Amino acid sequence: MGITRNADAVAPVRSSGAFSIWLTCHASNAVGALGRLSRQPFASLMIVLVISVTLALPAAINVIVKNVQSLSSNWDNALDFTVYLKQDISVSDAEGLLRLIRQRADIETVELITSDQALAEFKEQSGFGAALEQLGENPLPHTLVVRPGPGNTGASLILLQEEIGNLPEAELVQVDTEWVQRFHAILDIVRQAIAIGALLLGIAIVVIIGNTIRLDIENRREEIEVTKLIGASNAFVRRPFLWTGFWYGLLGGGFALLLVQYGLYLLQGPVSRLAGLYQGNISVASLNLTESATILGISVFLGLFASWVTAARHMRRIEPK
Amino acid sequence: MIRLDNVTKRFPGGQEALSGLSLSVDKGEMVFVTGHSGAGKSTLLRLIALIERPTSGEVIVNSQNTRRVKRRKIPAYRRQIGMVFQDHKLLYDRPVFDNVALPLIIAGVSRRDAGRRVRAALDQVSLLHKEKQSPQTLSAGEQQRVGIARAIVTRPKVLIADEPTGNLDPDLSLEVMRIFRRFNEVGVTLLIASHDIALIDRLGCRRIALEAGRLQEEVDPWE
Repeated sequence: MGITRNADAVAPVRSSGAFSIWLTCHASNAVGALGRLSRQPFASLMIVLVISVTLALPAAINVIVKNVQSLSSNWDNALDFTVYLKQDISVSDAEGLLRLIRQRADIETVELITSDQALAEFKEQSGFGAALEQLGENPLPHTLVVRPGPGNTGASLILLQEEIGNLPEAELVQVDTEWVQRFHAILDIVRQAIAIGALLLGIAIVVIIGNTIRLDIENRREEIEVTKLIGASNAFVRRPFLWTGFWYGLLGGGFALLLVQYGLYLLQGPVSRLAGLYQGNISVASLNLTESATILGISVFLGLFASWVTAARHMRRIEPK
Repeated sequence: MIRLDNVTKRFPGGQEALSGLSLSVDKGEMVFVTGHSGAGKSTLLRLIALIERPTSGEVIVNSQNTRRVKRRKIPAYRRQIGMVFQDHKLLYDRPVFDNVALPLIIAGVSRRDAGRRVRAALDQVSLLHKEKQSPQTLSAGEQQRVGIARAIVTRPKVLIADEPTGNLDPDLSLEVMRIFRRFNEVGVTLLIASHDIALIDRLGCRRIALEAGRLQEEVDPWE
């Protein structure tokens, strides 16, 4: 058998373009890493599930907060307050006051409910009509329902309420919607808590993926040694593990999105039932495109980061013996 | 092609594997290193492969002083040397073809070009018909030939082999040595560690005998 029989045997090693090689190498590594994951479907699925649950948790709470916030934003323009006027104020005085307040720039609408209207309404709604007939005079004062303009902040609202309450005609200012502000403050705290929790969970994901990759590296130690022995660089032996991390991140993120969407789908029924009871038109907002992309992006980043750190640390250590 | 100047390799325990060893292998030569186990044969090859660095002295391979090869440049350095191991060091999770193709993939050869070269290399070790098999299904002799095909697929100028026939019976050993001989005939420089003196004498090559890390004798059949 002649050694020069085959012309290819003596042709020099020819390299194609550096970029196309790099691309082909990455493509085959990507497919290879996915193939390795699919060869251990149960173990891979477990890790993907852990990652997705860890991601879905803060994402879901975030969506809930978003929904509650949009729900309560309907109440924002209901920061109305009621001004009860003194008993001895006449209807014409009350109307004068109404016109005066209406001129203010920081007020959207003012409505006057005269004592007669209030009594009529009360009679109708309370069912105490007959009892009220017994009263000689109308015990109800005139009231003004003030809706502040949208430009008001929390502080200016309080100022406005005080100002109107100090008017000589005003007896009492009642703020019906203070709890909305408290509620918003609570939501802010929940948001902060989610941010902190998400950070911790992100660290957990990095640890989970990093540890999995570390085991993977240990299992393939011999292969890495042999590959390095025949001239593979650290980058070359690291590449498949980076792709493993990438796939963990992508699959975990994708699964997390599915979990969140499915959870919201389950909530849709009860929420619309509740909305029906309140005659409201409430729908559950799900993750929009940007949010979905952000979750996927974060997940892929965490996967790559974890595998990069782990692989870089271990590859240097594994040298042929 | 390969030159060692007064090379000493001392391990952390203070034990000396090589003591002031000097030798040279010319371009196109096929040289055997013999000696008992522990004589320093493997250490010599490991210095050439840059798995170890000498404690003192110079190792020069293909006009490169290994002392000046930085850690990051070791992979590129190793790619120009073919290496054959006693235990083959094949990857058993992939077929013969992929094992032989690995050095080409590492070197960044496109898959199409790699296919032609891999088949040419397998043809030289008469294993072309086994390219799709797993190395596990091959005999020890065949596995060693796959290892050799992998070592020569990148057409290295230098090939080093550590006890390549250590696990083979005499017939298979002779077959492997004949394959090496054929590479030598087309200009590859070979340095082979072996203790099979009878076999070496049949091939008529220069033989360097090591004893306790020192040069014991040099036998050149042509002199």
